[in-house]
Amino acid sequence: MKRIKRRYLAVQLECEGTPTERELMDALWASATRLYGEVGASLTGLALIDFNVENKIAVVRCTLASLPSVRASLTALTRVAGHEATMHVLAVSGTIKALSPHF
Amino acid sequence: MKRNFCYLHLRVTPSDAKVQRFIAKAAQLGYKKISTPFSTPPTQTELANIKKYAENSSLDFVTRADFKPRNQEDLMRFLRKYRRQFEVICILCDNKEVSRQAAKDHRVDILNFTSLDYKKRFFDRAEAQLACSTGVAVEIDLKPLLVLEGPPRTRLLSSLRRETAIATEFRVPIVLSSGIGEEVLMRKPRDFASLAYLFGLQESQALDAVSTNPTAIVSRNRQKLDPNFVAPGINVLKEGKLQ
Repeated sequence: MKRIKRRYLAVQLECEGTPTERELMDALWASATRLYGEVGASLTGLALIDFNVENKIAVVRCTLASLPSVRASLTALTRVAGHEATMHVLAVSGTIKALSPHF
Repeated sequence: MKRNFCYLHLRVTPSDAKVQRFIAKAAQLGYKKISTPFSTPPTQTELANIKKYAENSSLDFVTRADFKPRNQEDLMRFLRKYRRQFEVICILCDNKEVSRQAAKDHRVDILNFTSLDYKKRFFDRAEAQLACSTGVAVEIDLKPLLVLEGPPRTRLLSSLRRETAIATEFRVPIVLSSGIGEEVLMRKPRDFASLAYLFGLQESQALDAVSTNPTAIVSRNRQKLDPNFVAPGINVLKEGKLQ
């Protein structure tokens, strides 16, 4: 079977309060679902790898093919856990290790 | 090559207290040029203040006028009066008469179709052909993509997809702007460019639309507004009496 190529995104969350990992992931999935529908969102392979609560930086994984659509859905995200929020992509990499300076 | 990102459509009034915060935030997000649209020429104090804020944040402030003419005569009157007072002129096209006239006028820099109703978005092939011959750019505000949801956003994406395809075919420059007046909706330039994926713009085109295209408009107009400018490619280098 062909290996699935993945990309890791370091994202900075700007919002009031600190959401839990679950709330953050729910917001990401909701944004992707609103834009691409349930089938489209399921193809992105979104997963939360890590979330640093102190500086609100998260590492999110997706498939290489869905990277542009995931970036768009992260930009389109406006609310997390009921609060107004913004997500800025800090870096994109093929390995988690390369993202460590941002994390 | 490092891109020089432009934020040409920050919707705050110059007298507003938020202006300073917005400008600082834009600089933090990685923009190099910033502009807030005026509908009438700002006072010297307003302009000096806003330029000072931009300078403090190492940003280049661009003066821009947005105007929504009722008809052709209104548009011509506006252009005659204000063209030499602003670096960028944007016409908000609300009817076909105005949008056609604006597209064929060299003095207009940007066309903006603000309406979400597809019947009131007049950027079709005829409009693109006119804009292509005069070098007028078409501006796409991304704010509605952030604030709308459901069917209105779907309809808007459909209109934008059609318009960008036409603009690409006729080589009409596209400018991606935010049209944002809330700090929470401000995004990094590359994040804004990524939204263009939703209406079929390629990554390089989208990045050009937030950097190269607006920068080209600003530098072209600054050159024209220079007192030594005579015609494209001709500048006064030295003045004196004939021997």
